[in-house]
Amino acid sequence: VTVAERRPLREVGRSAPRKDAEEKLRGRAEFVGDLVVPRMLHGKVLRSPVAHARVVSVDTREAESMPGVVCVLSGSDLADLDGYWGHAIKDRPIVAYDRVRFAGEPVAAVAAEDEASAEAAVEAIQVEYEELPLAATIEQAVAADAPLLHEGPVKPGLFHGLGTLPPRDRNVCYRYRLDRGEPESVFSRADLVAEGEYSFPAVYQYAMETHTVVAHYEGDRITVWSTCQHPFLVRAELADLYGVPLSNVRIVVPYLGGGFGSKSYTKMEPLTVALARKARRPVRIQNRVDESMVTTRRHGMRCRMRTAMTKEGNLIAREVDCWFDTGAYADNGPRVTATGGDAAPGPYRWHAYRVDARCVYTNTAPAGSYRAFGATHLQWIGESQIDELARRAGLDPLAVRRDNLCRPGEEVRSGGKPLDADLVGDVEQVAAAVGWNEPKPANVGRGVSVGLLAAGAHPVSTAVVRMEADGRVAVLVGTTEVGQGPRTAFAQIAAEEIGVSVEQVTMHGADTRFTPYDRSTGASRSTTIAGLAVQRAARQVREQLEEIAGNDALDPATYPELIRKHFGLAGGELIGHGEVAPSGTGSYAEGPVFWEVCVGAAEVEVEPETGVVRVRKTATAADVGRAINPQLVRRQDEGATMQGLGNALFEEMVFEDGQLLNDTLLEYRVPSFEDLPDEMSCVIVENEDGPGPFGAKGCGEGALAAIPAAVVNALADAGIPMYELPLTPERVWRRIQTLEEEGKWPR
Amino acid sequence: VTVEIRLNGRLVRDEVEPQHLLLDYLREDRGLTGAKRSCDTQVCGTCTVLVDGAPVSACCTLVADVDGREVLTIEGFAELPEFERFEQAFVDHAALQCGFCTAGMLLTTKSLLDEHRLSSAQEIRNGLAGNLCRCTGYHAIVEAVAELAGVEA
Repeated sequence: VTVAERRPLREVGRSAPRKDAEEKLRGRAEFVGDLVVPRMLHGKVLRSPVAHARVVSVDTREAESMPGVVCVLSGSDLADLDGYWGHAIKDRPIVAYDRVRFAGEPVAAVAAEDEASAEAAVEAIQVEYEELPLAATIEQAVAADAPLLHEGPVKPGLFHGLGTLPPRDRNVCYRYRLDRGEPESVFSRADLVAEGEYSFPAVYQYAMETHTVVAHYEGDRITVWSTCQHPFLVRAELADLYGVPLSNVRIVVPYLGGGFGSKSYTKMEPLTVALARKARRPVRIQNRVDESMVTTRRHGMRCRMRTAMTKEGNLIAREVDCWFDTGAYADNGPRVTATGGDAAPGPYRWHAYRVDARCVYTNTAPAGSYRAFGATHLQWIGESQIDELARRAGLDPLAVRRDNLCRPGEEVRSGGKPLDADLVGDVEQVAAAVGWNEPKPANVGRGVSVGLLAAGAHPVSTAVVRMEADGRVAVLVGTTEVGQGPRTAFAQIAAEEIGVSVEQVTMHGADTRFTPYDRSTGASRSTTIAGLAVQRAARQVREQLEEIAGNDALDPATYPELIRKHFGLAGGELIGHGEVAPSGTGSYAEGPVFWEVCVGAAEVEVEPETGVVRVRKTATAADVGRAINPQLVRRQDEGATMQGLGNALFEEMVFEDGQLLNDTLLEYRVPSFEDLPDEMSCVIVENEDGPGPFGAKGCGEGALAAIPAAVVNALADAGIPMYELPLTPERVWRRIQTLEEEGKWPR
Repeated sequence: VTVEIRLNGRLVRDEVEPQHLLLDYLREDRGLTGAKRSCDTQVCGTCTVLVDGAPVSACCTLVADVDGREVLTIEGFAELPEFERFEQAFVDHAALQCGFCTAGMLLTTKSLLDEHRLSSAQEIRNGLAGNLCRCTGYHAIVEAVAELAGVEA
C-alpha cells in the first residue's frame, strides 16, 4: 500500500487537462523539423529505383562539384565501420554498399547549404545497377528456387528480446511456434471445422510528421535530435555502430507528430549521423512522405487457419500457419511475428492448438511496428472463424464467447502471465453498446471480437522526481510524448503521491543526457511501467518530506519551508529515484507485463449494388485497471478505432514487382472526418488489476486489433464473409457476385 | 518578385523568388513554424493558413500569389481575443494529441465558423474533411467544434 493509496485520490482518476495543450494549440510546440541548429546543412537521399540489384558503381564527382554542396556520402565512405544495423538483426546497411534489396533503399546522400542544392546534387549522382532476380512477394520468397536476400551468418541486434535467435532458413529470418496438446487428434473428433486462407495488406502508419533527424558528429561525440519513440535504444545502436561510449551519444526528442510504431527503434538516424560525420557539420534529413513510406510500414501477411468446435459450442482446437512479409530488412519483424503467434489462438480454453508463424524477407520496403501489431494481423481471422462456426451451429456468437473465453487467472500461454482481465465482462459491455439484441434492418450486421495483445515490451524504466526549493516538482523520465499524453498522466501520478496539484508539476522532454533510462515508448507500456517508476520516485520525495516534518500529515503549502529547514538556507532540492525491473528473468516466454485486451463491436451497413460498407456504430473496451485520466483513455481508444477502420476498409500499400505504386496521400487513403461512424463509444473498465501505478495497465492499441475483426464479423453477419482486407467496395461487390452465383445471396 | 502581405495583422514587404512556397516562407523566412509540412499534395491540411479568411494549403501556394492579401497563421490567430474560446473548447474535449494537425484544424474551424457554415454535426464532418488527424479519431474534434458552433455533436 503506497502513501497515496491510503488517501482518497485527488489527481489520479480525473480528466486533468493536457499539460501540452497550450503549446500545441498556440503553434509553439517544437518538433524536430522546427529546430534550427547553428551551421546546419540539409541532407537529401538518393534512393534506389530498382528492387533488387548489385550496385556496380556510384559516381559522385559531378554532384560534389555543384554549388552549395558540402559533401556526398556513399558506401565507400564507411569502410572503417561494420556498417550494418538493426535492433533485432543487424542486416541493414547504413547506405547500400554493393547491393540494394528494395526500391527506395538509400544508395547515397548529399549534404548542402540548402535543400534545393542538395536535391539538385542528388539528381547528378550516377549509379550503375545490375538487376538481380526478385523475391517481391511472400509466395516468391518462400519458393524453392527463390533468390536469397541475405547470406552469411545472422548477426543478432542488441534488442531482439527473443532469447537465442534461430539461424535464418533461406528467406525466413525468424520463426515462432506455439503448441498445446495434440491438435490432430482433437480435430478428428470435432463436429464442426472452419477453415480458410486469408490475406492481410501492408499498410502505412502515416504519422503526420515524417521521419526527421538532425545529427551532429563532433570529435567522438554524437548529438541527434530525432523523431524517435525510443531514444535510449537509438542511443545504444548508434554507440554500437560508431564505436563510442553510450555517454558520448546524446539523443534529444522534442514533441513527436504521431508515431504509432513508425518511429520505434532506429530509422533514419544511422544515415544522418554518417552524413554529418563526413560533412563535419550538423545535418538535417527530413523525409518526404513517399520516403517515410519506404522507411517502415506494417507487415502484410498470408495465413491458413482452421478451428474446431463441438456441436454444443465448445471450441476445442485451432491450427495456424502464417507468413509475415518483413520486406528487405528484419526491423521489428521477429517481434511482430512472435506477438502475432501469441495472438493467433485467441484467449479461449483450447484443448489443443498449433501455431507456426514465419517472418519472411522480400524485396520490398522494410516492415516494423505499427500499433497492435500481430494482434491486428490475426484477430480478425480467428474471430471470423468462431463466428462462422457459431452460425453453422445456430448459436449466438456472443454466447459462444461467453462459454469459451478464458477467465481471470487462467493460463493464456504456457509459462506466461495468466489472464489479468475480465474478457467476458468486456465483450458483454461492447455488445450492449452497439445494441446486440436489437432488431436489424436489411443489409445491416453486427459483430463482436475478442483478443489479447502481449503488451508492455521489456519492463525496464527509471525516473527521477525533483522537488525544487519553491515546492514545485519536475519529473524527468525518458518516455516520449507522441500525442498519447504521458506528460499529463505522469504529472497526475507524481502530484498524487507528493500531495501537490498537477499544475505544480513540470514535465520535460526526453534527452538522454539528462533524463534517466526508459526502455521505449510503445507496447502500451508507458503508464504502466514508466508510470510506476515515476510513482516510486515521487514516493521517495514524499518520504523525505515526511522525515523532515517528522509526521505524515503534510500541508503542501509548507513544502518550501521544509526544504529550507532541511538545507538550512534558501535553495537545495529533494530528489527521488524510481526504478522498475523485471521480477523474473525478463524473458519473452515469461511475459507479457500485462495482457492488453482487444475487445470491440461494430454495426455495419452494406450497399449491395456498390459494395460500399458504412460503419454505423463501434464500441471498444479499455480494460485499464484504473484510468489515471479517463478522458485520455477514451481518446486513445477513439484514435485506435479510426485507425482500425482505415485498416479494415481501405488502407493498403500496393506493391508491383517490389515498387510501391501508391506513395502519396492522393493515392493512399487514410480515414477522414467523413469516415466517422455515427456512434463511437468506449467502455472504460476499472478492476484495479494492472501491475502499474494505482492498479493501472496500458491501453490504446487493443482497439486497433479489435475493430477490423468486429467489422469483418459484422459484414459476415450481414451475409458477406470476407477473407481478405481491406474491405474495399470492389472486393465486397465481387464477393457478393460470387455468393450470388453460389445461391447464397441474397439470403 | 516583391510582395506585400498583411501577415498576422502586420504589413510586411519582402523580395522572394517567384517559385518560393508560402509554407517555406512562413517557416524559414518568418520563423512561423506553427504550419507544418506533411503530404506536400494539398490533402492533409497540416500546413493550412487563412488567406483573406479562407483556408489554403501553404505547401502548394506561392508567396507571389498572396501579394496584397491577408495571411493569418496560428501564431497570429492565438493573439486574437476570440482564440481563447477555441483554446478552451479544444482543451475541455482533449481535442488534440500529437498537435501536428492542430493549427490547421483550428484555422479551418475559424474560417467555417466565420462563414456560418457549421450548423450541424454533418456540416462539421464535411467542412473539416480536408484536415486529417491520425491521433484523435476525429471524435473529440467534432465535440469541440460542435461546442464552438453551438450544435449537437
